[in-house]
Amino acid sequence: MRRGSFLTLCLWAGFAFLYLPILVLIVYSFNASRLVAVWGGWSVKWYGELFRDPQVLGAASMSLQIAAISATVAVVIGGLAGYALSRFGRFRGRTGFSTMLTAPLVMPEVITGLSLLMLFIAMEQIVGWPAGRGMTTVIIAHITFAAAYVAVVVRSRVAGLDRALEEAAMDLGARPFTVLRRITLPMLMPGLLSGWLLAFTLSLDDLVIASFVTGPGATTLPMLIFSKVRLGVSPDINALATLIVAVVASGVLLSGWIMLRTERRHARQVRAAFRREGAMDGN
Amino acid sequence: MAAADSTDTLVSIQGVTKDFGGTLAVDGIDLEIRRGEYFSLLGGSGCGKTTLLRMLGGFETPTSGRIMIDGQDMADVPAYRRPVNMMFQSYALFPHMSVAQNVAFGLEQENVVKSERDDRVAEALEMVQLGEYGRRKPHQLSGGQRQRVALARALVKRPKLLLLDEPLAALDKKLREKTQFELANIQVKVGITFIMVTHDQEEAMTLSDRLAVMNAGRIVQVGTPGDIYEFPANRMVGEFIGTINVFEGKADPENSAVHCPALPCPIVMEDRVAAESGSQIAIGIRPEKMRIRKAGPAPAEAAPASNFLAGKVEDIAYLGDLSIFHVRLADGRIVQVSRTNITRRRDEPLTWEDAVEVEWDPQAPVVLHQ
Repeated sequence: MRRGSFLTLCLWAGFAFLYLPILVLIVYSFNASRLVAVWGGWSVKWYGELFRDPQVLGAASMSLQIAAISATVAVVIGGLAGYALSRFGRFRGRTGFSTMLTAPLVMPEVITGLSLLMLFIAMEQIVGWPAGRGMTTVIIAHITFAAAYVAVVVRSRVAGLDRALEEAAMDLGARPFTVLRRITLPMLMPGLLSGWLLAFTLSLDDLVIASFVTGPGATTLPMLIFSKVRLGVSPDINALATLIVAVVASGVLLSGWIMLRTERRHARQVRAAFRREGAMDGN
Repeated sequence: MAAADSTDTLVSIQGVTKDFGGTLAVDGIDLEIRRGEYFSLLGGSGCGKTTLLRMLGGFETPTSGRIMIDGQDMADVPAYRRPVNMMFQSYALFPHMSVAQNVAFGLEQENVVKSERDDRVAEALEMVQLGEYGRRKPHQLSGGQRQRVALARALVKRPKLLLLDEPLAALDKKLREKTQFELANIQVKVGITFIMVTHDQEEAMTLSDRLAVMNAGRIVQVGTPGDIYEFPANRMVGEFIGTINVFEGKADPENSAVHCPALPCPIVMEDRVAAESGSQIAIGIRPEKMRIRKAGPAPAEAAPASNFLAGKVEDIAYLGDLSIFHVRLADGRIVQVSRTNITRRRDEPLTWEDAVEVEWDPQAPVVLHQ
């Protein structure tokens, strides 16, 4: 393995660069000492403390709710936008629409957050809704930028969809709504699902926009972590972060494993079908 | 408009044009397709054949003109209400449904009751010899099987008209030949009118009762495969379907002859030469309608007065059943002559650079219009 030694070293250096910080964090979450930088032996007491902290539990549940609701609405809005961009051909203002849709992807979060805050204040003064800032405004803000990401994901999925499938369904007598329900939606499901997961993680992850548009009583998990860290890193935050890493990692590994298994089975069945045909021709 | 044969006509295409933002994909087509017929639209890519088919299916709207199916104007009838089904080139099987669900889909849309639906699905799958494959998913089938599912799915609704978009293009050669005959048999059995789009002239000739040769959005010729092969309307058709040797010369209608400068003697035809005396016309002769033999010791004396040429063998393609000879004339042009190998022999009497004589009967040549 002479050829590999240098490359292998590079590979491990790259991995270390990416994952060493996380590893350190995980190790220190089991630190018995109250001081973050001093090793005081193994302990799981910070995990226990975490689950007794109502502030953390409240923020976690708030974040999950916001993420679930905003991801769901973003999938509807972004899905429709992505479909329109890919399918409606060259309608008037298509370029403008597509640029505007992807703008939130490149817009600095500070600007998005600030502009949304100003919009919410103006709306409250003029129409009286949303009254004050809180969970509702965070959800609305997350929908606006998550929808853009969903639209991009769905758009590429629609572009890869064979148009003839929908035409065939229509040819067989299905009205447009039936085509959507029986053919288009099931075919787009993987795209919608990954769009939903993306929107969910983006919302769960967001600190900047949420800080701008939230109000008293609505603290999301990233906001809580950030405020705690500002008072000094406490070991229970390490425990919390470790839990988040564990959940995310198992989710990624599980979905990867399921996809790999389905793909392999699919490929095996396709090969088997063509082998049978070859055998038939031989007779 | 001939009203007399209206009962015999299923599809009537009247002055149909399709304009795709300045390019005419279909340019004023008039066509009548009879009930129970296997009709093919044949042409190279971009000739408008697929656009015409998609207009019949309701996936494109004609820019102008009218399409009548079974006496009904299709102008405001959407694809899902037409008495027409289509077999797509990609087959377009729904990948998330089983074979049986794919075939049942069209019947579900008609609200056919479950028991009848199951019977008809089973019957359709039986017809394409896939009776036991109902539970499979499309990706578990081979290319040929997918093609047959697509056919069953399109036929199970018993449409008045079946449209087939390059139905055999995705299959390999051997399977294609086998499937051609199956397709023809099924068409006869179900008695449904088929309209097929193809770029493969052999496929069109084998399967069709009649076919239309298309070029640049127009129909060049409509006829039976025999009509089109033996009496091509013009040079383009003659060259597109099979091989043809073209000779240009001056018409001599009084003697039913054409004087070609490339040939030592005139071409004399059985048919009347319908052209002005002295005008320039083109004559086509198919390779199999010419006879080739080794030149005698004194060819000049024995040379016939018409329908004859002499040259040298430039190239021989031995295909087993046929041999194709490329004969070079004195002026350098190449004439193709084919010969059926009716006897078995080891020593081919004709070989490269042999001086040969080629002749043909007065029935062989055909006048090609421009």
